[in-house]
Amino acid sequence: MSSYLIRRLWQFIPTLLGVVLLVFFLFNWVGGDPAYLLAGKIASPELIENIRRSLGVDQPYWVQLGIFVKQVATADFGVSWSTNERVSQIFATRLGPSLTVLVPLLFASTILALAAAMLVAYYRGSLTDRGIMVACTVGQSVSILVYILLLQYWLAYQLGWFPVQGWGSTLGENLLGYAALPILVGVIVSLAPDIRLYRTFFLDEIGQDYVRTARAKGLGESRVIWLHVLRNAAIPITTNVMMQIPGLLAGAFLIERFFSIPGIGREVILAVERSDFPVIKAVTVYVAITTMVVNLLADLTYRALDPRVQLK
Amino acid sequence: MNLWLLAGRRLLRDWVGVASAVVVLSFIALAGASALGWIARDWSEEVAVSYAAPSFLAREVREVEREAASSVPQDDYGIADPLAAELAEIRSRLTDGAVAGAKASVLAFGADKWGRDVLKKAIKGTQTSLLVGFAAAGLATLLGTLFGALAGYYGRWVDDFFNWLYSVFTSIPYLLLVLAVAAVLGQKGILTVVLILGLTGWTGIFRLVRAEYLKHRVREYVLAADAVGASDLRRMFAHILPNVSHVVLVQLSLHVVLFIKSEVILSFLGFGVGVDTVSWGSMLAEAPSELILGMWWQIAAATSAMALAVTAFSLFTDAARDALDPRLQ
Repeated sequence: MSSYLIRRLWQFIPTLLGVVLLVFFLFNWVGGDPAYLLAGKIASPELIENIRRSLGVDQPYWVQLGIFVKQVATADFGVSWSTNERVSQIFATRLGPSLTVLVPLLFASTILALAAAMLVAYYRGSLTDRGIMVACTVGQSVSILVYILLLQYWLAYQLGWFPVQGWGSTLGENLLGYAALPILVGVIVSLAPDIRLYRTFFLDEIGQDYVRTARAKGLGESRVIWLHVLRNAAIPITTNVMMQIPGLLAGAFLIERFFSIPGIGREVILAVERSDFPVIKAVTVYVAITTMVVNLLADLTYRALDPRVQLK
Repeated sequence: MNLWLLAGRRLLRDWVGVASAVVVLSFIALAGASALGWIARDWSEEVAVSYAAPSFLAREVREVEREAASSVPQDDYGIADPLAAELAEIRSRLTDGAVAGAKASVLAFGADKWGRDVLKKAIKGTQTSLLVGFAAAGLATLLGTLFGALAGYYGRWVDDFFNWLYSVFTSIPYLLLVLAVAAVLGQKGILTVVLILGLTGWTGIFRLVRAEYLKHRVREYVLAADAVGASDLRRMFAHILPNVSHVVLVQLSLHVVLFIKSEVILSFLGFGVGVDTVSWGSMLAEAPSELILGMWWQIAAATSAMALAVTAFSLFTDAARDALDPRLQ
């Protein structure tokens, strides 16, 4: 077990190095000279030269790469190009609002999708099953943008049940007020793909021999489903939910943008709009590290939940 | 070729597959006709008044207008305005002669803020979306298949290298990677969107194709090809590729849907196609301000066009997968 852990952690190094190289290649090579971006419209050659020197882009590429590796190693990405706020400060203040939306969203959508998937998997092949599956296909084909737009317009603007957008200062105010509609929208959007996926997990388990055995020895249907099938299907579902976390961290940016939530996702969009490279670089590297760690945790959880799995 | 004939016959027996194929083909025909300039060529002309209503709503709108018109001469004190007749004549001359003669007040599906035909915009948007979807999916499939073939066929350090590349690309969430590349490229346009999506979206195809090549490279027919002296390239692309092409085709179709959706989001955020073209995403970007004014027809047109196309494409992909690989059922 410990040798497995050490080997996995050891494998982080080439991957992280690859991420650093990819980000460096994109932003320092493809991205062109940032001095022209920063100097604005009336740029004198001296100003551009000064900016180039202060950013270190007048150095050869290998020196620049050294600077970037040092930034990653010390977790100090300098200041934002557009607001002069420290990048670490941006992260510290934006993580809270993101998590306020994401944690309840993850729990609510998982529980609802599990219940619905269990229902359709149990009645597989029936009209209910096919109806829900068709609804999921159609529901997935409508852009997430449309869901956000219409729900925000209808529930917040027309009916006035929720604030249209904004963010408060206390957790309670946010959870009950400002974050409620974003969470609801997020749950509705993620329901269709989750139901489809979890349904296949349940169907895999319902066809297994142990289910027939459980029924043959006279267990009640509810016991078979809730105790036997759910526990076995929980293994792939747990890892799947964990794998969703890094994507959600950056992927909820549309919701954060529409509802003006000062989270990490909205910060990414703002940074892309302003060509604020330090912020995008930092987000990309941090989220990549998060993904690697979460993937490892997911594998370990898999092992803990299912003793049959041998980690190699 | 017999295999493809069999798959085609299986597809024809599946009525969902046939129906979705018909819808997909008509969307492609629509996009093709629009690309050739047969229809929707003048989408950017301001043919109607700002926010002209759809004609199926026009009766209500006209009644509202008539009420508004009859209430104009009445002034607040109940005294008849002596200049009312002249004013009305001037007004009607101003509107009728100069503007209303050139611009329609109702259109089949309404108009946007600048008076452009929403139906024509939706058709032009179909062209953009399908073009981006197919081109980006083609690029991603090409990269994924090539990398997967090399990694799976040669194994060893080639495999290690591409697996490393795969782990690097997949450790960054897809949409974040797309946004980062969009930030770097910094310019808009169809070609940029195709490059962004194609260069970032090859990982899933790589994984599947690599697994197929690992399986196939030790099969007898490949060993036989080796024995008669076929070169590595010949074995990879002339012998193995036709046998894994059904996997590649299904993935291509899946990725068209994925990239159409991604393009809509990119264009909505303003990182996608430029202002000289229209896409479903840029139509949706105009929707928030329109909704508040009660003008819902543009979001309805963009949403229904996209939903119909994507649903048909998804169902067609499922049907094609079942037809190409009957063992899956």
